[in-house]
Amino acid sequence: MLCQVCGKNDATVHFTKIINGNIEEIHLCSSCAKENKDLEFSFDFPFSFQKLFTGLIDSVQDKGVQEKDITCECGLTYKEFLESGKFGCAKCYDTFRGDMDSLLKGIHGHNRHEGKIPSGTKDKMLQKRAIESLKSELEQSIKIEDFERAAYLRDEIKKLREKTKDI
Amino acid sequence: MIKWLGGVGKEEDVVVSTRLRLARNMANYKFPEFMTEEEGELVTSEVLNSVRDNAEDSLYRFYRIKDLSDIEKKVFVEEHLISPNLSERTANGSFLISNDEKSTIMINEEDHIRIQVLLPGLDFNHGWEVSSRLDDLLEKEIEYAYHEQFGYLTACPTNAGTGLRASAMLHLPCLAMTGHLNSIIEGLGKIGLTARGLYGEGSKVSGYLFQISNQTTLGETEEDIIKKLNKVVLQIVSRERSTRVFMLDKKHTEIEDKVFRSLGILNYSRIISSAEAMNHLSNIKLGCDLGLIDDINSKKIVSLMMDIQPASIQKSSNTSMSEEERDVYRAQVIRNNLINMEV
Repeated sequence: MLCQVCGKNDATVHFTKIINGNIEEIHLCSSCAKENKDLEFSFDFPFSFQKLFTGLIDSVQDKGVQEKDITCECGLTYKEFLESGKFGCAKCYDTFRGDMDSLLKGIHGHNRHEGKIPSGTKDKMLQKRAIESLKSELEQSIKIEDFERAAYLRDEIKKLREKTKDI
Repeated sequence: MIKWLGGVGKEEDVVVSTRLRLARNMANYKFPEFMTEEEGELVTSEVLNSVRDNAEDSLYRFYRIKDLSDIEKKVFVEEHLISPNLSERTANGSFLISNDEKSTIMINEEDHIRIQVLLPGLDFNHGWEVSSRLDDLLEKEIEYAYHEQFGYLTACPTNAGTGLRASAMLHLPCLAMTGHLNSIIEGLGKIGLTARGLYGEGSKVSGYLFQISNQTTLGETEEDIIKKLNKVVLQIVSRERSTRVFMLDKKHTEIEDKVFRSLGILNYSRIISSAEAMNHLSNIKLGCDLGLIDDINSKKIVSLMMDIQPASIQKSSNTSMSEEERDVYRAQVIRNNLINMEV
């Protein structure tokens, strides 16, 4: 079917107008549809798959989770990310961190990685976890005024920190 | 024959191949779409150095996209050795390919690194072993972009986490003919899996070949992802087989007619498009797998399915051809192959 306006291109947009009971069917090509004033909602040509999932963020926007004008150090702005659905660099994940949890959960149903850890990172992560657990133990010992234990823990933390630096 | 099809695979009457792909990025460079040519070059040399230092050099061949002709690029795509996306990265794209052509390391595709392992038949476990080993090898000298919570970071958030896309290519003529396939495809979506055509995302289904893969990459371990896929694929395989048995029993003559009619057409046609040839090859493959044809190796038919794609036909002729000339040459290649296949 040809477009009713230009009569040249194939009609790809079809809509039915009902005004006071008068029904009118309209068939347009994509470029004439863009010009048509009856179609107030904006057309996104071509339909973008990326928008579909960055749309997942929009639904939580109302809470003001993410400032709109953030720019990552790679030069990608938040707006550009929403348009393309692609990151500019690994740091974007932290720059736009505020929305990452809901976005990733929307896409994958989860927002926490399970599975392989790079071996270099693995050691660092285990050290980090060990330090954190020692730290909470240290706080506990201070609370109960076990200063001997606290001093020991402080030295252990210091040793671990030095070790982490070498990795 | 296509090299990576070599060796014996499991469930080969239904499962043509297993593919695993890992997406990885380096921590200190912008993602390929945003980087300069110089940065792209640095990424390439880091990958090459890591492979050179940690694997035997002679095991891999290296190609830059910009050094390949249009035809050569397309042949790599048609043989599933590189992604269509990489073949368009003329500025920075390159790849390493193992001598058995079962592993490819793509550089500067959508992500800095994409490891691909392709195996004949169904074998997710071995595929994961091989790809994870390659991953460990690269990581010896490369600092990956990795996030404690989000896992491996990728240019597109749909690949983040494990970066793993695992898929099996299935030949499902009987499920498709009986209309059972649609409900299976719908069901796949509900459990986080998806079905695609022969050449992956956005490609058309051809020759009743379907790729079943995981849809999500974050929140499940690699082992869990492939375990689930394996289970589902085996279920589909068993349904395809039982439908084949049913059809052979109830519609024996119709199936025989379909198979031998296709064999006749391919044996005698003088002009044939790749789409038409794919359909007939698919019927012949079914005939082989059902035991209706016993003098043709089903795997050679699979290989022929890739050899008759437009660029591969063009390359094997060594001349530049119009579409019509290609269709004539394709018919000839198929006839010669079918004659040579007969025992």
